[in-house]
Amino acid sequence: MTVPASLDERFRDRAAADGLLDVAYDLTDSPVGPLLLAATERGVCRISFEPEPERELDALARWFGARVLRSPKPVDPLRRELDAYFEGTRREFDLAVDLTPLPAFQRSVLEELARVRYGETATYGGLATRVGNPRAARAVGGALNRNPIPIVLPCHRVVGASGSLVGYAGGLERKRALLELERGELRLA
Amino acid sequence: MAPPRETTARAEALGAPPFERFYATHKEEVYRYLVRMLGRQLAEDAFQETFLRALRAYGDLRHARHLRAWAFTIATRVALDERRRARPESLEAPEIPVADSRPAYAELAHLADELPRTERAAVVLRYGYDLDYADIAEALGSSEDAARQAASSGVRRLRAKGAA
Repeated sequence: MTVPASLDERFRDRAAADGLLDVAYDLTDSPVGPLLLAATERGVCRISFEPEPERELDALARWFGARVLRSPKPVDPLRRELDAYFEGTRREFDLAVDLTPLPAFQRSVLEELARVRYGETATYGGLATRVGNPRAARAVGGALNRNPIPIVLPCHRVVGASGSLVGYAGGLERKRALLELERGELRLA
Repeated sequence: MAPPRETTARAEALGAPPFERFYATHKEEVYRYLVRMLGRQLAEDAFQETFLRALRAYGDLRHARHLRAWAFTIATRVALDERRRARPESLEAPEIPVADSRPAYAELAHLADELPRTERAAVVLRYGYDLDYADIAEALGSSEDAARQAASSGVRRLRAKGAA
């Protein structure tokens, strides 16, 4: 005798609908591999490539509170926008993000990053200048490397001064694929 | 409902695990317990209510100790409320999975539904789920002595019924 799937699903939906969760998350497939998607009531808070749910859950609980539950409905809007992005039919995300646990500097870097438009690129030094600290290119690189919401906050659009891809926490293959998708050179979905 | 009180420095450092892990660890056992207490139909609502109550209190947990007993405490209170509300004739016959029951309990368990509700909870928690009396007392909102008393008078009543 096990918990009926319909009962399990009802509980997960109800927990979110009653506003009892610090974080709702779900796992989903995408053209760049499996993703873990997570949201708080304030907005999208995590997109993880190659998710290891156990480690992710601990991190989410540390950042936002222990009431972390797999519950698909709150992340459905994000899932739909990502699907459209991978299909090439969406260029901007219309979703709030939750960066509350991040240090002020990293938040300001990510807010500036969000202004880099689809199909364009910026450099680490350029972003550093835009956050008011032209010599902080390396710190900007560190802040982008720990970007909790890749794709939506487009750190794949930041390249080295020479235009080289440099690095990407999700792997250079993914960075290349996302840039080619945005230039119309690659179909992902 | 107040979270379990016992803390240690190490447990506090560990903190409560993400709710998903707590839920995944205890949901099957709690579900079987509620089916045993209430029958399958009422158990579904009670299951949902149990874990919603746990979620409401979870943000105040400061440690990861005694979470199993805490889950049973909440489930027991939900089940007792439910049995108080339900008319006796609407309670289904209990389902007793024999595999996880002790032989002495398994022989008598089919009679347990006729026990007064606190005795039934005490007997099922002690002999079906191996909770200690401190945890059963917490679940019943009583003293440890009262919990021990409820279990033993439940067993006596069951033996008498079994012998009848």
